[in-house]
Amino acid sequence: MAGVASGNDFQWCFSQVKGAIDEDVAEADIISTVEFNYSGELLATGDKGGRVVIFQHEQESKNRPHLRGEYNVYSTFQSHEPEFDYLKSLEIEEKINKIRWLQQQNAAHFLLSTNDKTIKLWKISERDKRAEGYNLKDEDGRLRDPFRITSLRVPVLMPMDLMVEASPRRIFANAHTYHINSISVNSDHETYLSADDLRINLWHLEITDRSFNIVDIKPANMEELTEVITAAECHPHQCNVFVYSSSKGTIRLCDMRAGALCDRHSKFFEEPEDPSSRSFFSEIISSISDVKFSHSGRYMMTRDYLSVKVWDLNMENRPVETYQVHEYLRSKLCSLYENDCIFDKFECCWNGSDSAIMTGSYNNFFRMFDRNTRRDITLEASRESSKPRATLKPRKVSTGGKRKKDEISVDSLDFNKKILHTAWHPKDNVIAVAATNNLYIFQDKIN
Amino acid sequence: MAGADGDDSLYPIAVLIDELRNEDVQLRLNSIKKLSTIALALGVERTRTELLPFLTDTIYDEDEVLLALAEQLGNFTMLVGGPEYVHCLLPPLESLATVEETVVRDKAVESLRKISQEHSPVDLEVHFEPLVKRLASGDWFTSRTSACGLFSVCYPRVSSTVKAEIRQHFRTLCSDDTPMVRRAAASKLGEFAKVLELDYVKSDIISLFTALASDEQDSVRLLAVEACVSIATLLPQEDLETLVMPTLRQAAEDKSWRVRYMVADKFSELQKAVGPEITKNDLVPAFQNLLKDCEAEVRAAAANKVKEFCENLPEDNREQIIMTHILPCVKELVSDTNQHVKSALASVIMGLSTILGKDNTIEHLLPLFLAQLKDECPEVRLNIISNLDCVNEVIGIRQLSQSLLPAIVELAEDAKWRVRLAIIEYMPLLAGQLGVEFFDEKLNTLCMAWLIDHVYAIREAATCNLMKLVEKFGADWAQNTIVPKVLGMANDPNYLHRMTTLFCINALSDVCGRDITTKQMLPVVLKMSEDQVANVRFNVAKSLQKIGPVLEKITLQNQVKPVLDKLATDKDMDVKYFAHEALSVLELTYPAHD
Repeated sequence: MAGVASGNDFQWCFSQVKGAIDEDVAEADIISTVEFNYSGELLATGDKGGRVVIFQHEQESKNRPHLRGEYNVYSTFQSHEPEFDYLKSLEIEEKINKIRWLQQQNAAHFLLSTNDKTIKLWKISERDKRAEGYNLKDEDGRLRDPFRITSLRVPVLMPMDLMVEASPRRIFANAHTYHINSISVNSDHETYLSADDLRINLWHLEITDRSFNIVDIKPANMEELTEVITAAECHPHQCNVFVYSSSKGTIRLCDMRAGALCDRHSKFFEEPEDPSSRSFFSEIISSISDVKFSHSGRYMMTRDYLSVKVWDLNMENRPVETYQVHEYLRSKLCSLYENDCIFDKFECCWNGSDSAIMTGSYNNFFRMFDRNTRRDITLEASRESSKPRATLKPRKVSTGGKRKKDEISVDSLDFNKKILHTAWHPKDNVIAVAATNNLYIFQDKIN
Repeated sequence: MAGADGDDSLYPIAVLIDELRNEDVQLRLNSIKKLSTIALALGVERTRTELLPFLTDTIYDEDEVLLALAEQLGNFTMLVGGPEYVHCLLPPLESLATVEETVVRDKAVESLRKISQEHSPVDLEVHFEPLVKRLASGDWFTSRTSACGLFSVCYPRVSSTVKAEIRQHFRTLCSDDTPMVRRAAASKLGEFAKVLELDYVKSDIISLFTALASDEQDSVRLLAVEACVSIATLLPQEDLETLVMPTLRQAAEDKSWRVRYMVADKFSELQKAVGPEITKNDLVPAFQNLLKDCEAEVRAAAANKVKEFCENLPEDNREQIIMTHILPCVKELVSDTNQHVKSALASVIMGLSTILGKDNTIEHLLPLFLAQLKDECPEVRLNIISNLDCVNEVIGIRQLSQSLLPAIVELAEDAKWRVRLAIIEYMPLLAGQLGVEFFDEKLNTLCMAWLIDHVYAIREAATCNLMKLVEKFGADWAQNTIVPKVLGMANDPNYLHRMTTLFCINALSDVCGRDITTKQMLPVVLKMSEDQVANVRFNVAKSLQKIGPVLEKITLQNQVKPVLDKLATDKDMDVKYFAHEALSVLELTYPAHD
């Protein structure tokens, strides 16, 4: 399975778009994270307004056999509210930074959501029965005369319309001085880690009043600060291994078996810098915005401003694969610095079989790379192509002097339309792409 | 009693039943806690056919309600009609055994274990065992983890075919895909082994134990260490070497510090379980390694076990083992880089003196105690001081007093008030061991200085400390050494210090007795009733109420009452309030109609 190519295998086609069509986008509606659960049956998004929306995959209907089934809203809830830290005079935004699903443990589903400071564990459960019958009031809710009770009634459960409830189960607060950038559930199913700019904490999912600090890179004197933690993730199978990336473009792998504190890494991944391309922006663009282990646990992928790199965990001195996401922006770094775009944090994701990867770009473009064929493709999430089953046409940005037909010039790219968050279904070729306040779902075309 | 048109005794029950679904969690919880009352009113028949089916589907509720429900159902046998019908309780407990909240699940399992005993052997096979199987092969790991705790209660009471099935189920869960289930199985392995026939322990349990102890997840491996204790107790000595020791050795050298920590933490239990021979040959070197472990958490856990391990060594060559193998490691730990390790050691090291005797203590241990008394970390010094009694029995505390004093003085003046608080609490103990002369000479000034500490908690502890000292040294000592100083503070310009005088009097009047209280303390208290600070005045009222019972009736009438009467007309509200309260408690008010 390739999943990327536009030719032989299959084509990506539009499936659904969620969110308002208005040109005016409310800040609160901007999607800030997208995540499939382990089975791919549920898809969660978080937004800047602190809301979490969960979509459920509906089984394909017999009437429309050409469709794989759509994702429809299953539950919406307010996960975080804006707060104010009175001790530090700081506003705490409600924006959801990350969502992570837990392995399913019973009929209910659980997820962790976090803003800058507080992580919450949510339970999403269904209820389809309701108790009926009271002793002291009748069916209409009128009170009965308490002195006329001749017999006791035990309530009976009656079927009712399915109701989905989201309830907060645990609140993990007060452990982060800086902004939380990552949460990651460990493969032991009982712990997870949370990372901020300078520290990584390890939590037990059932214990909210304490966490263990496993990494602390805060220098005694903050003026000596040279790098920050940008992302962290637990290994998918080895419960003792986690990695964290830094603003200097390096990744450290730590083994929790070695010691209670993981200040000393066991592996250090760094690609030597090419002195010829060194510039004022080198350090900024080498900062890693996301790190993700492959499902197999053999590789990890990192995203920096201009490229995606795949590392073999057994080789620390350079990545095994490097993919250029939007190399044509190298000449534009100066203006991207001025409009702050250079600090955008693009995420990246693997497909279910680790054979392809996806990451976002500007102008509502997103990129896919096939690791076997080395083919790549640029697609666009746009309202124009959002007709049912419309095939996505590959996009091209002209890099040379002369613009060919169907190509877009670098200067006409819209830098306000950026795709930072994407997710790939864990088994199927279904992807979810967040474009500002819209969530696009694309899938492969079944011929 | 039934009325013409209704039975008013039903009303409270009706309320309870309705409140099972009240919106207020507290009311629901109250109702659930009175579930037996509801069941009693409904009778066994309706409890079985109506109440239990309703409860089976109530698993949407808050954890605390579910927890109470799970607990109630464990005591419900009689309410459903006795052991004959006890199986009716299985469905609600089964659904509770699958919820995600561990405490609720554990309580449901506990109740299931309880009612399993009330099943007849036939019912156990017809109703209970199928439930265990259902849970064990459930889709979700919550139900499979619950199953792990139920095997051991049904195993002894079922036929041999069912036994074989149960063993098979347990085996399956030990190699479950999810680490949660493997952890549950590992934690119940020891318990299950205890009910198995010895042959099956050797054939089944050992292989499961070995597999779990080399699980890829260290969170599973560390639980196997616990199982190791129970399994080793079950096996005859001659089998231990081949069946258990390879795994235990491997665990003590595990790559993961958490597993080694667990070995260190369970070391005394392991030592008892494997017996003296294996201890000498295997555990002594293993313990040495744990004391030298590269991870501080492991060293601290091992350091905690030093005394217990040495105590339990076989007596014939205990001293030799300690002196040649353990003591060198202990010496290194005294200067460990990690303060938790040092303080763990400091909390047990004194215990070694009783084991090693006077000469060894003076020659080898004393230098270590002295070094720890000078440690930079206050917790280490405190731990030594809090355990002085062990040394006192062996060599007497005088040997230490030279170093002890500077250590105490330094802690007494530590910048952290919690450290000061901790040392105050050891003062009575120290006073008892050092004797009154030493105390007067060296420590008395400290005790008085704490009375004017700027932290209230310290001043409060200091007053309490004085009381305990008087209990030890007697009223005469109090009269000569501390009472004058305490009373002197009544003229202090700082009202907080003046109040301390009152607090001290409150604490001391009882132990000092009537004579001192009446002659020395009371005049001071009465004089303070004219203090210009209201807080002092109302504390005078409170003090008078406190010391009143120590005084004679006549003193109360002639001296205390006039002062309280005057305070009762004070311009400050609080002073008035406490004066009135004191008057009524001391029964100094005349009833109005008298």
